[in-house]
Amino acid sequence: MAEDGINSFMTGPDDKGRFGQFGGRFVSETLMPLILELEERYEHAKTDPTFWAEMDWLWQHYVGRPSPLYYAERLTEALGGAKIYLKRDELNHTGAHKINNVLGQIILARRMGKTRIIAETGAGQHGVATATVCAKFGLQCVVYMGAHDVERQAPNVFRMKLLGATVVPVTSGRGTLKDAMNDALRDWVTNVRDTFYCIGTVAGPHPYPAMVRDFQSIIGKEVRWQLAEQEGAGRLPDTLIAAIGGGSNAMGLFYPFLDDPTVNIIGVEAGGRGVDDRMEHCASLTGGRPGVLHGNRTYLLQDDDGQILEGYSISAGLDYPGIGPEHAWLHDIGRAQYVSITDKEALEAFQLSCKLEGIIPALEPAHALAHVMKIAPTLPREHIIVMNMCGRGDKDIVTVAKHLGFDMKV
Amino acid sequence: MTRIDAKFAALRAEGKKGFVAYMMAGDPDMATSLAIMQGMPGAGVDVIELGMPFTDPMADGPTIQLAGQRALEGGQTLQMTLDMVAAFRATDTTTPIVLMGYYNPIYSRGVDRFLADAKAAGIDGLIVVDLPPEEDDELCLPAQAAGLNFIRLATPTTDAKRLPTVLQNTSGFVYYVSITGITGAAAAEAAHVAPEVARIKAATDLPVIVGFGIRTPDNARDIAGIADGCVVGSAIVAEIAAGKSVDQVLAFVKGLADGAHSA
Repeated sequence: MAEDGINSFMTGPDDKGRFGQFGGRFVSETLMPLILELEERYEHAKTDPTFWAEMDWLWQHYVGRPSPLYYAERLTEALGGAKIYLKRDELNHTGAHKINNVLGQIILARRMGKTRIIAETGAGQHGVATATVCAKFGLQCVVYMGAHDVERQAPNVFRMKLLGATVVPVTSGRGTLKDAMNDALRDWVTNVRDTFYCIGTVAGPHPYPAMVRDFQSIIGKEVRWQLAEQEGAGRLPDTLIAAIGGGSNAMGLFYPFLDDPTVNIIGVEAGGRGVDDRMEHCASLTGGRPGVLHGNRTYLLQDDDGQILEGYSISAGLDYPGIGPEHAWLHDIGRAQYVSITDKEALEAFQLSCKLEGIIPALEPAHALAHVMKIAPTLPREHIIVMNMCGRGDKDIVTVAKHLGFDMKV
Repeated sequence: MTRIDAKFAALRAEGKKGFVAYMMAGDPDMATSLAIMQGMPGAGVDVIELGMPFTDPMADGPTIQLAGQRALEGGQTLQMTLDMVAAFRATDTTTPIVLMGYYNPIYSRGVDRFLADAKAAGIDGLIVVDLPPEEDDELCLPAQAAGLNFIRLATPTTDAKRLPTVLQNTSGFVYYVSITGITGAAAAEAAHVAPEVARIKAATDLPVIVGFGIRTPDNARDIAGIADGCVVGSAIVAEIAAGKSVDQVLAFVKGLADGAHSA
């Protein structure tokens, strides 16, 4: 963790797009020249001050950054242990962390002269963020969404339509995020000249995992100075906790702290109905093994023959059988710890956040909060936990009502 | 020299174009697909491209996606696909067989074990869609070392700068994808494809075979005419999906083969 970078956890990926054995560029030849061009253009943009100036301005005036770092006092008191801070990325424009990354990719797409943007979406948050930024810049937007998700996330589907996007329901497979990503890749391979594929998480072929991480890292960078402001100069969090589907909000929170050895890092996967042989979960790290899908090698839910399994989670945003390759690497080298939380535990956390803090969380961060609820009581009062409240729960109201037996008459 | 090299050398000597036919292993079931496969050489097929079903075929259109789903629902496994090839080899020792699919089922089995089993079953070459030259260490180089051809796709986006990268470590033949898109999509037009094929042929001595978007005997003749041969996949798979008998499917294949061979 030296400053010289030799023992740093922050130097990845290598020039083949690998984090250890994970990552890479497992795409068809048609797409290969496109991702090489994207890599070149991103590498250039990364060191271009005008690119970041444009990002910073939009983050501040359009998204509403920095998002607050909020001391959750009643939650802390109720759990009776560690001091809990919530990083309020649910207060961003469009209600989740997704827009941090979308802005970066769309600014890059504009600089590359692309006029048509495609995206995949699970819960709909990335689709809404993409549709939003496309509306702002007058770009054509097509969002692929699993037919099953279209059904369970109806409010977000309508939002995307209001924003002028075309939403394509995907019926292949079981009609969830994985299938939406397949169809987005099929679109991209067909419309190579004018189309930019705006991936919503830290997965896909290189350079996407690194690029999305870099855009989301604004979360962790803000936490670093915000915590110092509130707790004293140099005070670092003791534990970081974030939910993981593909893992973009988590990577954004974790990355700036990877080389701070005192910071304990925990990712929370969706345990669905329990991580066991029934495979009714989306815990790729705890219940999967390495494989190759969607352009990268990572941990995947798969059968003995290498066929990809459909995950299950109450949260559409976590319902993905893979995980970003950098998480796979952090897991294997032990820099981060990964746990899983069941639907039931997430629902309890969802309600606790509403009651104690007046914050209706999305089901995704409700998983992270459920793990906070498990460990906070066991930790001393001076231990600081920062949890990423990466999305708000409006989109999940119908799902939660159903699980709690409340008839919304919709 | 693999069976693929021998076949194209023989075609070249006769001044004939090659016809490559694709089918999905295990679609609609193992017995039927083996019967279709066994009938292919008699229908004029020069090289059989055997699809390995995968849950997430990202480069394939609905026709081949559904064929893979049918095969998987019927319980097709990679082992069964290898067994099918071995059964075919019991009565045909000359027709080249290329396995086509995606990397994960191979990776899951283990590359070394897969290559040994594939060689033993009588497979001659591999087309693995999601392994570009940048990932040659994964399977391409070990496959060549094991005596299997690794056939690469070249596409309309493979520009002059990139073409040498694609051709390096390619063997057997070069599969030119006539369109930007997925299998079974838009039709290929010979007039558009011809200059691209010429560009590739100027850079390699390997046969250049064109696929994607070819559906009819006339298409097959036109496209084969401007290359060393052509591939038909989705159109054949669609016949199988429509519930045609083995004989009907093979009659359809023969029409395509005759088209290609008339070029």
